[in-house]
Amino acid sequence: MLHGLIERLRQKKRTAAYPGKPPVLPERFRGLPLIAEAACQTGSCGKACASACPTGAIQTHDNGLSLDLGLCIFCAACASACPHAAISFSREYRLAGTSREHLVIRAGRCGQAEDNPGDIPLLVPLDRKLRSMFSRSLKLREISAAGCNACEADCNALGNILFDVQRFGIDFVASPRHADALLITGPLPKNMRLAVQKCHAAAPNPKIIIAAGTCAISGGLFRNLSGQGKGVPELFKPDLYIPGCPPHPFTILDGLLRLLGRI
Amino acid sequence: MAQFITLTNGGSCPAEAVPVLRYDDFAACLKDEVHAGAGICSFFGVPHARQLRLYIVLVKKDEATLAAGAMDVGQSYAALTPEFPALHLFEREIYEQFSVLPQGHSRLKPVRFDGTDSPQVGDMDFFKAEGNDVHEVAVGPIHAGVIECGHFRFQCLGEIVLHLEISLGYHHRGLEACFNQNPQKNALPLMETLAGDSSIAHAWAFSTLRESLNHTAVTRRAQTIRAIALELERLANHTGDLGALAGDMGYLPTASFCGRLRGDFLNMTAMLCGNRFGRGLVAPGGVNFDLEEALCLHLEKKLRPAARDVYGAVDLLWETPSVTSRMMEIGVVPEQAARDLGLAGPAARASGLRRDVRITHPLPGLQESQLTMQVEKSGDVYARARIRLDEIHESVSFILRELGGLHGQAEPLRAGSAGAPGVYGRPSTFGAALVEGWRGEICHTALTDAAGRLQRYKIVDPSFRNWIGLALAMRGGQISDFPLCNKSFNLSYCGVDL
Repeated sequence: MLHGLIERLRQKKRTAAYPGKPPVLPERFRGLPLIAEAACQTGSCGKACASACPTGAIQTHDNGLSLDLGLCIFCAACASACPHAAISFSREYRLAGTSREHLVIRAGRCGQAEDNPGDIPLLVPLDRKLRSMFSRSLKLREISAAGCNACEADCNALGNILFDVQRFGIDFVASPRHADALLITGPLPKNMRLAVQKCHAAAPNPKIIIAAGTCAISGGLFRNLSGQGKGVPELFKPDLYIPGCPPHPFTILDGLLRLLGRI
Repeated sequence: MAQFITLTNGGSCPAEAVPVLRYDDFAACLKDEVHAGAGICSFFGVPHARQLRLYIVLVKKDEATLAAGAMDVGQSYAALTPEFPALHLFEREIYEQFSVLPQGHSRLKPVRFDGTDSPQVGDMDFFKAEGNDVHEVAVGPIHAGVIECGHFRFQCLGEIVLHLEISLGYHHRGLEACFNQNPQKNALPLMETLAGDSSIAHAWAFSTLRESLNHTAVTRRAQTIRAIALELERLANHTGDLGALAGDMGYLPTASFCGRLRGDFLNMTAMLCGNRFGRGLVAPGGVNFDLEEALCLHLEKKLRPAARDVYGAVDLLWETPSVTSRMMEIGVVPEQAARDLGLAGPAARASGLRRDVRITHPLPGLQESQLTMQVEKSGDVYARARIRLDEIHESVSFILRELGGLHGQAEPLRAGSAGAPGVYGRPSTFGAALVEGWRGEICHTALTDAAGRLQRYKIVDPSFRNWIGLALAMRGGQISDFPLCNKSFNLSYCGVDL
């Protein structure tokens, strides 16, 4: 007992100062990709970035290229392949968006919405009615729809004392009956479809659908494989998309808090 | 007398050098090897001239080598499982993938529900106990926690579990089969997401084979950086497991401390390569990120206090009698059963098996790792927890030693070309690589065709071998011990379902 107390003092208080202070991420962290319009010379380079991308996240257009965060696994193969160093990965961890189009990045701009002034994907908070219901208490039912256990591990991490998601009134619950939102990870292959549909039906309305991780958004690496994992949108329209492979816990937390209008 | 061929770990040989034996000779060779203490790592089929060629890969006990052999079978053959129970799931898999019948196998049930005429996932003939007081408990596929999906079916007499049957396949993504179509640019990311908590281990096994089949020599420096990352992966997961065990016993201080500390180790991996799960670090030919002197010092400065905090957090478990007694004699897997069923990793070592390929079968450049094998005897939850703590000590010392040794070595991170585009490696070649991930030995096997493309790529995650260990550990136990037993194994679902 005494040792327990001494150890408690030694381990100190560890909860992150976030959202009061921005998180400090490692120097090599790969967050939001940036496309330098001036450097990019599509046409002269044989589309090296697009052909290096393992998931087909990069499309080339007449006026430059676009990168879909909903397909990107943040491997940076495009950045290494580009002969003009036009693509780089920033340490920007805020990646979540509320519509699929918002995840498509073009040179110098995120999302396709003309009114998006920021350099992060556009996220529209819940409407007033839903916000009044959920902004101070949001119960999540996480479903691993064939996730590789990285997204799952970093969702679990939200519950630890560093991220301490409960201080925002957000928590993971066991039963879909108790859930306000389904947070789905993994590519949702055909062998998971029925279970996910049943879980969805068991959750009361209104419910929020969150696709966390690139697999959940689009199937990512797995969308063309025999398991037919093409992501959550095959079944339901997500209300929130959180890109990443896996998304950093701060990326998930940021998405949730902005959706609830908390930051 | 026919014999299997001997290979080094991560070695390869011409495909025709793998002896194709008659069934009787194959079974006799296998018997000799297994009696001499060899463990079965992999057993899989490759279609060959209207027949199915079955390859086996074994890890030898007293030599730092592997053994491999093959035999051709038609529509059916006499199952090997009755004599070698460790093959039970491998033979089920072969039956599911190729409809080749292992006659005499008592449980030919689906593994992944991925065949063309497979039933709906989970729809299978579960073992059933009958009697007035017998009842059945069905759990999953979606579990209560934030965890992967699978179905558990318990046959219970009151609180006592008579039998637990585990039915997986929900996470089947089609990962292994796609390697037969020779993926190029997505092969490595697929390996990293095969079992996402073992990204380094799977990427390393894959890269080792690619290097072996292309005669690429990896520098000592690159190999050391891989080894450090593998131990960081082990530290994160072992720490997380001990915390989760504490949580399931209701001992919350350790659960809370370890939850944070697990993240500290993940962050160290992210310092090295930008991703908490080590993605993007390992690549065929070497590594993509260096550990410069400044980073070595920084890592050391993070590692020492984190290790101290882990010891402080976990020692509380061993000082609390109500905690240790909760773990003792729960979920026992006896040594003989662990050997017969071919368990791997901490689950095997907790039951007294001396199996750790980092020590017995080190990869090139890592022969002097100075790691000590951690073995326990009791085979219970306590032993599986104790192994993790002891391995945490070993991994911390290893990393600190290797970080010191990295100074001053000026060697390239990526060696030569690891193969031409469109081609996997040397034509008609067979190779096998074992990497001791935190759950146990990962076995990858590659076979190329006459053009050097992949004809077959076989992946065996240690979970494929260990799920049966969990089922056995529950026999005769209380159903309330299940969470504790399950955490003490902490197996991968997607590593099996692929």
